[in-house]
Amino acid sequence: MNGNEIIELSATQAARKIAAGELSSGELFDAYRARAAADELNCFTWVAPERRAGVNGDASAPLGGVPLAVKDLFCTEGVPSQSGSRILEGYEPPYTATAVRKLRAAGASLLGKTNQDEFAMGSSNENSAYGPVLNPWDRTRVPGGSSGGSAAAVAAGLAPWALGTDTGGSIRQPAALCGIVGLKPTYGSVSRYGMIAFASSLDQAGPLTRDVTDAALLLRHMVGRDPCDATSLELPHEIELPSGVRLDGVRLGVPAELTGGSVGADAGAEVAGEGIEAGVLDAFRLALDQAAELGAEIVESVSLPHAPHALSAYYVLAPAEASSNLARFDGVRYGLRAEGAEDLLEMYERTRHDGFGAEVKRRIMLGTYVLSAGYYDAYYGRAQRVRTKIAEDFARAFEQVDFIVTPTAPTVAFGLGEKTSDPLQMYLNDYCTVPMSLAGIPAISIPCGLSAGLPVGMQLAGPAFSENRLLDASYALERALAFDGSAARV
Amino acid sequence: MIDRDEVLHVARLARLRLGEDEIEPLARELSAILDHVAHIGELDLEGVAPTTHVVEVTGALRADEPCGSLPREVALAQAPAVSGDGFSVPSPQA
Repeated sequence: MNGNEIIELSATQAARKIAAGELSSGELFDAYRARAAADELNCFTWVAPERRAGVNGDASAPLGGVPLAVKDLFCTEGVPSQSGSRILEGYEPPYTATAVRKLRAAGASLLGKTNQDEFAMGSSNENSAYGPVLNPWDRTRVPGGSSGGSAAAVAAGLAPWALGTDTGGSIRQPAALCGIVGLKPTYGSVSRYGMIAFASSLDQAGPLTRDVTDAALLLRHMVGRDPCDATSLELPHEIELPSGVRLDGVRLGVPAELTGGSVGADAGAEVAGEGIEAGVLDAFRLALDQAAELGAEIVESVSLPHAPHALSAYYVLAPAEASSNLARFDGVRYGLRAEGAEDLLEMYERTRHDGFGAEVKRRIMLGTYVLSAGYYDAYYGRAQRVRTKIAEDFARAFEQVDFIVTPTAPTVAFGLGEKTSDPLQMYLNDYCTVPMSLAGIPAISIPCGLSAGLPVGMQLAGPAFSENRLLDASYALERALAFDGSAARV
Repeated sequence: MIDRDEVLHVARLARLRLGEDEIEPLARELSAILDHVAHIGELDLEGVAPTTHVVEVTGALRADEPCGSLPREVALAQAPAVSGDGFSVPSPQA
């Protein structure tokens, strides 16, 4: 096979060809390594220097040695793991994250580490200390974030598939903006051990892939209970490769709160977004028509009454957890240390001043404020109660429908620098993805069409542990929608 | 509204030194974000239990038995400064 033919294979197809002896895993690795090394989009913060026996995945294992791009925040032993931050510049962890370790054991080869927003805080990848990632569909635009490097690398064909993490939408939103598939599984299904933490009650690892089958295959080998993460759990069923072709009897709930023109007008808030862009809504509605043709029942009466408050609750809870998690970056054990401090306190304060970027400082400040004496109940305590109401909304909705469907992001990919001056405008990117994160339920974004030449993502969310049904429904829709992402792979 | 003094107070709690040019923008941005999130104050949440963990996990405790850990030299390998067997830091008191 020539290089172009190799790149056009999905990861699952490549693994099958390797198993059938029609493609060598070394040839596949070299083809992607060459593309990743020539990356012009700034997707990678590290690319594997060469093919190495013992480091590359076993070609006879289920993943066949297929190369994998891994978001920078996963610890990889002896390989830089910087979480997009200057404070971890050059840091090489002494151990490997469980998710990466499991995938390597299943035959994945580490191709490279991908750029991301610093500590996964951002929706555009512009908060990386290592520079922004460019969207392969239009290099003047952002790829989304925080897993922007992973999403852009897969969309551009610089990696067959990638690992990302999602706290409030950081897999799904960049997947949508880059025209690929991104899945955030049920909270706890993938171990967080070795993931450099942002907000521990929300952080979940998941796949960013070219299609739904690849997402299922990668997820299948990531999940499982890990003694090193007390919040991890065993899924009740093994993840199966999807095979659905029809959606007969499947009820898709379209909640007005996350699909109307008033989206972003957060319950009386002064900062109102523009709502969901018309072009995004058009593509979403066309995809719903396709679903109906496949036999799905579209249920418009389903309601998530507290969803408009999800973003507010999220921007209390996530920064609060971040301010605690990021206390470990103090210049003592690893990473940056500011030189010449007179005493310990000055060393802490100057190290953190020098090492953290603006958005990370903003969230540490916000989190510290909402957890400080006198404010805890008004902010953190209330946000935790809103979280309960949001989970109850979903539980009620899933009595009426099988899945909730929404656009993944309110807009298509926006211009570099367009939203950096107003943090709240940037936060509104997560409007449709944050409610599922707070409820801990699985949600997938699949490309459902183009608006002005840029990809639009459709989000499907199901109850906890519904991954197999979710993948099956997404697969049926994917076949019917026949989205063509090849334009981004030039 | 968050004022300059409050920003500096919170920064001290967070062990974060701020440049002079960072203080005013942070006061403005934190005020705007807090104004926005304060709308959750309008909801009636009387009697609603807080959610700390979203998916029930039982039996998460492992057996309390000794197990392996990082060798000392590996744990110290990435430290900015080492003294003997430990991490070296500036004195707590100048």
